[in-house]
Amino acid sequence: MKDQHLINVTVNGAEHEVLVESRRTLADVLRHDLGYTGTHLGCEHGICGACTILVDGTPARACLMFGVQADGAEVRTVEGLADGDRLSDLQEAFSRRHGLQCGFCTPGFLMLAEAYLAENPAADKEEIRDVVSSNLCRCTGYQGIVEAITDVAAARREAS
Amino acid sequence: MSGGDGRVTGQRTWVGASVPRKEDPRLLTGRGRFVDDLRQAGALSAAFVRSPLAAAQINAVDLSGVRSVDGVLAAFSAADLGLSGLTALLERAEFTPTTMPILAADRVRYAGEPVAIVVADDPYAAEDGIEQAIVDYSPGRLVTSIGDALAADAPSVHDELRANTFLAVNPFSDDVDEVFAAAECVVRTSLSSQRQNALPLEPRGCLAEWVDRDDQLVVHISSQVPHQVRTALARCLGLRERQVRVIVPDVGGGFGLKCVVGREEIAVAAAALRLRRPVKWIEDRREGLFASFLGREQRHQVRAAFDGDGRILALDADIRCDVGAYSVFPFTSGVEPLMAAAELPGVYQVPRYRARACAIATNKAPTAPYRGVSRPQIVLVMERLMERAARELGLDALVVRRRNLIDTFPYIGVNGITYDPGSYRESLDRCEQRLREEGWFELRDGAADRVIGIGFACFNERTGYGTEAFAQRKMSVVPGYDISEVRMDPGGGVTVTTGTSAHGQGHETTLAQIAADQLGLRPDAVKVRQGDTDQVSYGWGTFASRSAAIGGGAVRLASGKLATRIRVIAAHLLDTDEDNIDLDDGWCRRRDDPDGAVPIAEVAEVAYLRAHRLPKDLDPGLSAQATFDVLTSGTFSNATHGVVAELDPRTGQTRLLRYLVVEDCGVVINPKIVDGQVRGGVAQGIAGALYEQIGYDADGQPTAGSLIDYLVPTAAEIPEIDIEHLETPCAFTETGAKGMGEGGTIGAPAAVLNAVNDALRDTGVELDAVPITPEHVLRALECSR
Repeated sequence: MKDQHLINVTVNGAEHEVLVESRRTLADVLRHDLGYTGTHLGCEHGICGACTILVDGTPARACLMFGVQADGAEVRTVEGLADGDRLSDLQEAFSRRHGLQCGFCTPGFLMLAEAYLAENPAADKEEIRDVVSSNLCRCTGYQGIVEAITDVAAARREAS
Repeated sequence: MSGGDGRVTGQRTWVGASVPRKEDPRLLTGRGRFVDDLRQAGALSAAFVRSPLAAAQINAVDLSGVRSVDGVLAAFSAADLGLSGLTALLERAEFTPTTMPILAADRVRYAGEPVAIVVADDPYAAEDGIEQAIVDYSPGRLVTSIGDALAADAPSVHDELRANTFLAVNPFSDDVDEVFAAAECVVRTSLSSQRQNALPLEPRGCLAEWVDRDDQLVVHISSQVPHQVRTALARCLGLRERQVRVIVPDVGGGFGLKCVVGREEIAVAAAALRLRRPVKWIEDRREGLFASFLGREQRHQVRAAFDGDGRILALDADIRCDVGAYSVFPFTSGVEPLMAAAELPGVYQVPRYRARACAIATNKAPTAPYRGVSRPQIVLVMERLMERAARELGLDALVVRRRNLIDTFPYIGVNGITYDPGSYRESLDRCEQRLREEGWFELRDGAADRVIGIGFACFNERTGYGTEAFAQRKMSVVPGYDISEVRMDPGGGVTVTTGTSAHGQGHETTLAQIAADQLGLRPDAVKVRQGDTDQVSYGWGTFASRSAAIGGGAVRLASGKLATRIRVIAAHLLDTDEDNIDLDDGWCRRRDDPDGAVPIAEVAEVAYLRAHRLPKDLDPGLSAQATFDVLTSGTFSNATHGVVAELDPRTGQTRLLRYLVVEDCGVVINPKIVDGQVRGGVAQGIAGALYEQIGYDADGQPTAGSLIDYLVPTAAEIPEIDIEHLETPCAFTETGAKGMGEGGTIGAPAAVLNAVNDALRDTGVELDAVPITPEHVLRALECSR
């Protein structure tokens, strides 16, 4: 008899009720039980950051949380960033600055930046470089990622 | 250039424009589809029982406990599957063929070697299953280094190998001893590079399913070489090629690691055939680090003779590559030593050359080509020799380089390679000039309280190897050409197929740019289809930076043929000659009459839906096919990297203050994508120079089991990388483009090592190994105290 729990989790505004085994990671719940496959798994031990999502507004490694820990939480994933087909300012900046190549690490960087800029709208390039050093990218050499996030910080500052 | 669309007045070309990538929207919104994102009803999950020992006899494999685990449906050992293994062949006497079994049968040769496959209804249950496997091993003696492997009493990794050597060649045998005896200056280097993991962020993985309706095994796989996977699957599983369809969805990086065929994927396909159910396997990072394909472990003993002016007279090289336990399909374990020996002279005029090279078997994971293959090492060797000769002769190292750089093209080297015209001198001049103007030399020389060095690396990047160049390697499977088909639908939309297969390089965009120019369309009208063996003619995938140079050439030729057909139809409709028709921005226009025009879409409609309006001798439909091959030694991008490094005397850390790349890859198809390739490549080169290493203990256990131990550099370690382009169009390709995906990785280790050695110039110590660790730096700095 499996050790299962019924949890309620809101993902990108949609409420889900899902039965999960205690040991099942939040990443697997999101990806395989709920179909939010935009959240990627690059290491499953918390280093690469490809699975970074927002749990109640805070960046978290979906591979290091169990599904049961998300009971009652509001989760945001990369699927929740764009408005339909209209990309968010961050997503557009990543494309403009070539902040992605294979695109596998990209959702993690986007979610990390989304949360960071929400808290630190005045972030400068050095801070941004420091913050994104929590995630790994193997394709871009990071420059496009740092430039994209810096652009958005500047634009949002300008707009406010 | 007007706007961002690359339309230059009078030229009208999409090639050369930083067109936004078509790939981006889906990848940015989480709608990309990587293998693990694919869902198949009733799909099962596979996991592998792996050997904990690096060398052992297998006495018995008991999977009965596995099969009784809740959720496990099946478990197979080698005996259960009964498959033949993968044998990669070089057709040369100096090579000894060996077979990599799909699952280890009677012995294991590296820690992590798969012994059994467990299939369960989810990945958690599959992992529960592998814990219940009982394998009876008798541990054996093992070899974990080149030295161990070549010792007189060394145990054999494969019984059929003599002296644990897969391949030993003497491809260049000039009698250089006289030259050395008479030379004014002889310098030596004994240079070593560590084992690395290419580490694509997406691990390997596949989903295999037998589809009755198509009489086909359909395998979705994260790979760079779909057709070679198909060939290997068909051979191993006893199927006809048409009974196997390989589909490559989005791929999260490959860097060479995914250009060979893995045994796990074949075992998964075999399990899917047995069970008649879809089976998926996704490698986890731990498996990826210690049991996947690795690369780079080499040792070079090289001496060079120079005259008193610093001109190189002869080179004598002994190259040994630790390629691990198996020879990989299709490239074989010969790829590293053969490339190193053939290309060692690099950008320098070497009149006499002797080289020996070998691939040594050890009880470690097998190696695959990794971005740059052997060139990071040979550039390290040549650049260290230049520096050392300069030091011995009291000359400036840049002067020594200039005296040796190839300066007339095409140049036929002592190695028999024909070098494409490049900008070897100009790139060095420009790189030095920029760093001088920016004041880095003054900073280095004036900073008494800081330890700063400047390093350069000059190199070329042999890429876009065609069939002839690969044939010289004597693989039984010879890559090279590429085929493209271009088809226009009745609405005027275009589908281009390519045998290349992208894993982040943006082919959907660049190949569309090439086709759009030929067809007078915008790139958004062109859909590029790749990575599906049922939809694309046999092709060679993406490796060795062949896609823009060779794949792009095929696309250009095929779309040019289609454009001709369109012009013939348009001329008929406009009552003129085809030579009088230009294709431009979606229209076929008469050159002699601004009012005479017909939309390309209307031509397409006529070709399919109103074929009665076609010229009498023309068949309906609009498609064309073309093949392109590079008929010479390949294409040669070139570059100079200039690096300023600062050493921290307290911690031994190396910090890079400035990184400049002056590079020439011929015609640039999409500048943004090219710059991205350079930057990403440099980051991997810096990783090899300073951080990443997979070591092994005496028992053959890898010392890096997670990303805690394997130090992938982050945004905090990789500096901004400044790029300046020179443009010498390639003489050997249809597009004028040269392959350029690897240069960043090739040049960075030498440039960084030279910068560190320059910073250590007062210590009397020279470092000759990568990675350069803080311990090495501290020990060197202590020598000056």
